[in-house]
Amino acid sequence: MTASHKASGSVLAIEKLKKRSSRAPGQLNAFVAKHSFPIVEGGSWTFVFRGEADRVSLRHWIYGLPSSQPLARLAETDLWHLTMELPRSSRVEYKFEVTRGGETRWIQDPLNPLVAHDPFGANSVCQGEGYEVPDWTQPDPDSPPGRVEDRVFESRALGGSRQVSLYLPARYRPSRRCPLLVVHDGIDYLRYASLQTVLDNLIHRLEIPGMIVALIHPGERLEEYAASPAHARFLADELVPKLEQDLSLLSTPEGRGLMGASLGGVAALFTAACYPGRFGRLLLQSGSFAFADIGDHRHGPLFDPVARFINGYRADADPRAVSERVFVSCGTHESLIYENRSLLPVLESTGMEIKYVEAPDGHNWENWRDRLRQGLSWLFPGPLWMVYD
Amino acid sequence: MSGGLTRVILLGPQRLQATVGDVVGSLGVDGPVLTITAGWQEREMEDVELDEQLRGRSVNLGLYRRAERVATDDPELAKGHGELQRRVKLLRRAYNVRLAHLVDSWIGLVGLEGDGAVLDPEREAVLADVRALDERHLARIRELRREFQETYRPHERPSMSLHREEIRRLAADARVVVVAGGHVAVLLNRMRLFGVGELLEGRTTIAWSAGAMALSPRVVLFHDSPPWGPGNAEAFDTGLGFFPLVVALPHASRRLRLDDRGRVGRFARRFAPAMCVALDAGARVEWDGRGWSSPSGAPRLSEAGGLEVIAA
Repeated sequence: MTASHKASGSVLAIEKLKKRSSRAPGQLNAFVAKHSFPIVEGGSWTFVFRGEADRVSLRHWIYGLPSSQPLARLAETDLWHLTMELPRSSRVEYKFEVTRGGETRWIQDPLNPLVAHDPFGANSVCQGEGYEVPDWTQPDPDSPPGRVEDRVFESRALGGSRQVSLYLPARYRPSRRCPLLVVHDGIDYLRYASLQTVLDNLIHRLEIPGMIVALIHPGERLEEYAASPAHARFLADELVPKLEQDLSLLSTPEGRGLMGASLGGVAALFTAACYPGRFGRLLLQSGSFAFADIGDHRHGPLFDPVARFINGYRADADPRAVSERVFVSCGTHESLIYENRSLLPVLESTGMEIKYVEAPDGHNWENWRDRLRQGLSWLFPGPLWMVYD
Repeated sequence: MSGGLTRVILLGPQRLQATVGDVVGSLGVDGPVLTITAGWQEREMEDVELDEQLRGRSVNLGLYRRAERVATDDPELAKGHGELQRRVKLLRRAYNVRLAHLVDSWIGLVGLEGDGAVLDPEREAVLADVRALDERHLARIRELRREFQETYRPHERPSMSLHREEIRRLAADARVVVVAGGHVAVLLNRMRLFGVGELLEGRTTIAWSAGAMALSPRVVLFHDSPPWGPGNAEAFDTGLGFFPLVVALPHASRRLRLDDRGRVGRFARRFAPAMCVALDAGARVEWDGRGWSSPSGAPRLSEAGGLEVIAA
């Protein structure tokens, strides 16, 4: 099967266009008006760009494929196209790299209104057949909203103050103790992974209990999250004890969780490793668990402390349990799938309860958003089966 | 539950569409209205809105709070009850292990294509196995509870007598009882602990959500799309049996895939001859001592996989 035919055997839309005798602008306009872009036909995805250019390339972050792939110009037209085969249900973020008159720019796909935001801006999004935006990530008028309060904590460990935002569930009452989840890059989770909406919905649906979530604002992120003992001390010896003193929290290992994505996942695991047994729940998303059994870890010098930590953990003949229950997720389209799959047997060998989930997605916030229901509800199961209000 | 009750009204969830005030008003009965909000747990007494609905006539029996007090005053009983809960929990785990296999077999046989004359008896046999497992599980729980009752005789203990007497006194002038939703196991346990079923005989009882489930002959836990697991409905416990042959399904539209005829049909057949009633917001279903009716046109799950409206 080639990219020119979809699984059913029918001819791809772009192939039909190529076979037409007329390529007048009107024909192309009609083609564009008829389809939504990229055109997803089974596992075949056709990216289309229209405009005068010297060169157009697709830029994406799918591990295993060249990160830049040229679009071909349909002869005698301003329509550029590229067809790729991708696993169904995939979700891909991308941009076009357009070169014109010696100038090169990365732009969002003008024909695709779907975008995903991240701290660096926004990317176009293509959703494969079978992918659906989970309804629990969207605002639900029936879900009473929690509130987010900003607080400042002094930290001797980090040498200064740190801002931490606190999510308090809608029906928070001091009369009931609840779990605490500490989230690295907490504000990014709010902005780009709809964390507040997700929490409101999952709590309302009783899939997780009402919980307090401490949303960490990083200072020097690349230092603090890269297996930093000072950061671990800040969380375990300063922030969490203070929150447990001020708020009605369970204050038990199973009532304390750490969460993070990418380097934040490293920070979560490292903190748990520095304080074994203190944090009974870990949610690690696409963790940057750099390691090297032989030679260099290939992630650059900033990751040296991370690799030392992970190498040490991996090399331990009897690696110890640092938590009770650990949820790990990673996208199959991201390079870190190798590091995450490699860490999995080590985590499992400790006797901790491990749940590992992969999805055909990349290293991005909406991938992390889409895994939150599975992760949070497994780590902190709500009273779904018992409460009928 | 022995005889004596003549009227039960089951309502849909009240949070977004409160109807209990109007329903109580329509009864034309004066005097206090007993309320049971133990399913709200530590928020049991946060019942201002409910009291407003009932026009200030509510008298909350405070069963959750009373049970907490008994646990403090009578450590021996609390320990025994804790042990009962531990054993019931373990039994529930064992039941779910067996149930998962049987339900998988049932679904597998339903999906198997071929000669119905050959396969249908097998499908009926596995359904019978599921039903037998449900029955056995409920019987085992009753057995454990009987042992607890015989060992600790909670209703005869000094720690309980004051509360039982107070409840009896509060109930004396009330002809209407309202049982709210919440945590169904907590609610059921508290009502059972204080013998509320017997104390409230002869009164019109209005209940919704977990309240409706607790009053049923059998409490079935259900959710077709939980974040983890297959979502197999569970025969959780014997209920208080204020009325016969109904499985109460609060929030049915949200918790069940009512458009999946296979699931709906299996649910109805598994719990037949009980009527599986969808109690969504606005629903009203009544038991008059002889039969059921629904002025709101609430639906029941049919064995064919659809929904059938209960006659007004």
